[in-house]
Amino acid sequence: MKEIGELQLPDDVRYAEDHEWVRSEGEKTRVGISDYAQDQLGDIVYVELPQVGDTFDKGEEFGTVESVKAVAEFYMPIGGEILAVNTALEKSPELVNKSPYGDGWLIEVKPADSAELDTLMTKDVYLQTLKGIE
Amino acid sequence: MRYLPHTDEEIASMLQAVGKNNLDELFSSIPEDCRYTGTLNLPEPLTEWELNDLMGALSSTMAASPEYTVFVGAGSYDHHIPESVSYLLSRSEFVTSYTPYQAEMSQGTLQAIYEYQTLAARLLGMEVANASLYDGASALAEALLMAIRITRKNAVAISSLVHPHYRRVVQTYFEPTGYQVLELPRLENGRTDLSPIHGIDNLAAVAVQSPNFLGCIEDLQVIGESAHDKGVLFVTCFTEPLAYGLLKNPGSQGADIACGEGQSLGIPQSFGGPGLGMFASKMKYVRTMPGRLVGQTKDLEGKRGFVLTLATREQHIRREKATSNICTNNSLCALAAAMYMASVGGTGMRELASLNHDKSEYLKQELQKAGFKISFNTPTFNEFVLEFPGGFDVTYQRLLEKKTVAGLSLAPFYPDLANHYLLCVTETRSKEDIDALVREVTS
Amino acid sequence: MKESPGTTGLILNEPLLWEKGKKGRRGFSLPRRDVDFCPLDESLTSRALDFPDLSEVDVIRHYTRLSQWNFGVDTGMYPLGSCTMKYNPKINEKQARLQGFAGAHPLLPHALSQGALKLMFELERLLAEITGMDAVSLQPAAGAQGELTGMLLIHAFHKSKGVRRSKIIIPDTAHGTNPSSAALCGYRPVPVKSDEQGILSVETITGVMDEDTAGIMVTNPNTLGLFEENLKEIAEIVHSKGGLVYGDGANMNAIMGIVQMGQIGVDILHLNLHKTFSTPHGGGGPGSGPVCIKKHLEPFLPVPRVVQENDRYVLSEDFPDSIGRLHAFFGNFGVVVKAYSYIQSMGPDNLKKASQLAVLNANYIQEMLKGTLHLAYDRPCMHECVFSDKLQHPHKVTTLDMAKRLMDYGFHPPTVYFPLVVNGAIMVEPTETESKQDLDLFIEACKAIANEAQQAPQLLLEAPQKCKVRRMDETAAARRPCLAG
Repeated sequence: MKEIGELQLPDDVRYAEDHEWVRSEGEKTRVGISDYAQDQLGDIVYVELPQVGDTFDKGEEFGTVESVKAVAEFYMPIGGEILAVNTALEKSPELVNKSPYGDGWLIEVKPADSAELDTLMTKDVYLQTLKGIE
Repeated sequence: MRYLPHTDEEIASMLQAVGKNNLDELFSSIPEDCRYTGTLNLPEPLTEWELNDLMGALSSTMAASPEYTVFVGAGSYDHHIPESVSYLLSRSEFVTSYTPYQAEMSQGTLQAIYEYQTLAARLLGMEVANASLYDGASALAEALLMAIRITRKNAVAISSLVHPHYRRVVQTYFEPTGYQVLELPRLENGRTDLSPIHGIDNLAAVAVQSPNFLGCIEDLQVIGESAHDKGVLFVTCFTEPLAYGLLKNPGSQGADIACGEGQSLGIPQSFGGPGLGMFASKMKYVRTMPGRLVGQTKDLEGKRGFVLTLATREQHIRREKATSNICTNNSLCALAAAMYMASVGGTGMRELASLNHDKSEYLKQELQKAGFKISFNTPTFNEFVLEFPGGFDVTYQRLLEKKTVAGLSLAPFYPDLANHYLLCVTETRSKEDIDALVREVTS
Repeated sequence: MKESPGTTGLILNEPLLWEKGKKGRRGFSLPRRDVDFCPLDESLTSRALDFPDLSEVDVIRHYTRLSQWNFGVDTGMYPLGSCTMKYNPKINEKQARLQGFAGAHPLLPHALSQGALKLMFELERLLAEITGMDAVSLQPAAGAQGELTGMLLIHAFHKSKGVRRSKIIIPDTAHGTNPSSAALCGYRPVPVKSDEQGILSVETITGVMDEDTAGIMVTNPNTLGLFEENLKEIAEIVHSKGGLVYGDGANMNAIMGIVQMGQIGVDILHLNLHKTFSTPHGGGGPGSGPVCIKKHLEPFLPVPRVVQENDRYVLSEDFPDSIGRLHAFFGNFGVVVKAYSYIQSMGPDNLKKASQLAVLNANYIQEMLKGTLHLAYDRPCMHECVFSDKLQHPHKVTTLDMAKRLMDYGFHPPTVYFPLVVNGAIMVEPTETESKQDLDLFIEACKAIANEAQQAPQLLLEAPQKCKVRRMDETAAARRPCLAG
């Protein structure tokens, strides 16, 4: 397990309570899980993602991630319609471990309510919450 | 008592170490009103020699070969088990080990079960088989629940020619779920009438048994095509896997899930259990499959080894969202089946299956010559149905006294087949046995 | 330190079945063909079966070598918590092999099956007596199937009252089969936390029990090895709202002849014959999970049931309210025979002694190791005790590492990472068939390993050193599954 100081926490994303990140790219918003989350899960062996076209509210479960000995759910950091899913994860779930903010992205969402993005945490606030967990 | 190694001094020494004066004090955390203060009303213990006498007496009342000649199958089959298999199965490293969660100490079980999975998949023509379920009946129930999970529909259609006890088990499993179970009727030729499925909505799967309970070989190819045309999963089951040493296997005829009873493969009949729930499916459904799976991998030195895998499907991780609640399965029985399949071999399986079929055909032909009517005009494997004239039960009783069991009456299972009997002939019945039976029922 | 049992052995390599063999070899004595060939139509038959052909020698050597890679109870101590890996008496194996039992067809006329029916009838009575319940079904093929049966019985009971309840209370210490069995029956598990004492509190249950709750599933003693002291009162609360109490009897080995579950409010209890009643685990089964019930649930028991008619035993399906069948026939009769033999061999006093000594052994281990390993709950335990790897954290050594190192010392590791309520749990259940000598060797090994964790943690991180394979790559096995050869 990494120490807090070793975690990657980019500035160009916002963070949710359940350790998802959101990067706004205009109409399209990308979602993934943070370096803390992938580190806690350990080697990821399988990722279950929704279908393109599905819609979910903020906080709703949209998929699952499996390591060898555990299963965890993904929760929508913002509500919206699924525009794309990262199909590369089917063959290479390890991308989530290796590049959680890059090639290991999970879904692209069309946000239902752009204001929801502002309720998410900045990197500094998220870092504080992580220190609280440890 | 020879299973309790503690001497009085050891007990005293250990009590001292834990700060208790006597064994009763170890239970002081149990509230008074929960304690049982009596003595259990159980029989006094028997010595090993007395136990042998008791069990020998009980066993001697049972009708088993070689004393009895039994012409009954119906889900439990008398096949020869090689002495080498019985011998290997008594090795205590197999018998007294636990579920192979600690891979480094269980490579024997793990490799053996990987081999079982492989041979089972090859026998059934499927892409992946699990490490076993309890029996054919619960395997069928699990297969239908799996089909429902995959398709997200809520009804299943089962042939009325699936073993009656299997259908009852499916109904029991389905009772609290709200899913519908519909039965498909019988055609005159003893096969399943699939036509009703076209009128049913929300169907997840169609399930048929082949050879079915009446011994008839179903046309799996045609049934599979009809099911897939309707967008429904094709589940096949069996009670006699030896048939697939000769017949086209379910996988080659489009089965999505193939399941059934593996007792014929080197496992004693044992009054109905333990048996072996065999379960196999297409690889694309593996993540929703119930039961354990053994996978091949490497260790940290690059050596090949085996390990339980895809465990996130199972109850100890997924809990209420697991693909099944199964934990302990029938591993030692799967091992027996693998040893049997290894001993009999590919060439041997074919010969053995042929022998079963041909002996059964011989009985059929001799009975026909003697004037009896074979009930269904469809090819069979080692079981078939015959109509005996009214009053046959008297002959049946007479034969019992002569230590021959002349088939199984279908009256309790299919009221419209009240005078019909299901007869089974395996490689264990000689021509003399068969001739004797024909003589007796004709006289 | 005395010499530990762990050493390297004469362990040979052995390929997969289809990597050996040669077409045309035979390991089977084909019965004489005394009838004519009668080929089936080609449209029905397959091509050749893709199985290896092996000689009898091939098969014997193959499985003999494989068996030598396995560790069993007959090899050494197997302290798996909640598994009750006690000694499996060989005389019981012999009884199951008697031709009258092994060769018996389940659908024979009753007159030809009296021995088996009598055995089943009597075993039902013996198990009812041990548990303080009224009736028993031997049909469930394993503990989990017993749990499913219990859930179905609860469902049927409520249905008979015209009621449909949707929830069931399950403690956070429960075995995974509990919630999954409940879910199979359409019940939503309501998780409840155990208190600081490690047991269920009356307040917690009162807080969640309502008229939409079908009942509670409780393991007693629980998976922390502690007796659920408040169970009687909890049962009253559940009953007062019309619910039922399901007991998971996996830990019966602690209380035979000491507590009767039927007397403390349990309505349905399953037993694991392959745990408490000495039938072998077989590397993962077959087991047997009979359910024992109170009278009010008798009409719903699975069919067929063995009943006495004059001086004969028959199987009857004449129970219109039965939940149906769980098994194609009567359950794992071949396993049931062994449990029956065990109870006949032990008798009432020895069964009680077994529980007493099982509890003594666990307390002894707990006392001797509590400075070495962190004790999760510092209270007297029942037949098992739970430690954690907390004391080893500073050395960056985990429960997994300690478990792997124990293998080098010649012991099968205890249960690890269960129950979930203890981080890095190490659950030790020695059972009563381990002698003080073997316990002392185990204790010494644990102490040596804890010492290594401090002085030379590399030894643990690289463990096991002496096994045939070392630390399987489970990640690769799950990412790219290779499930058949």
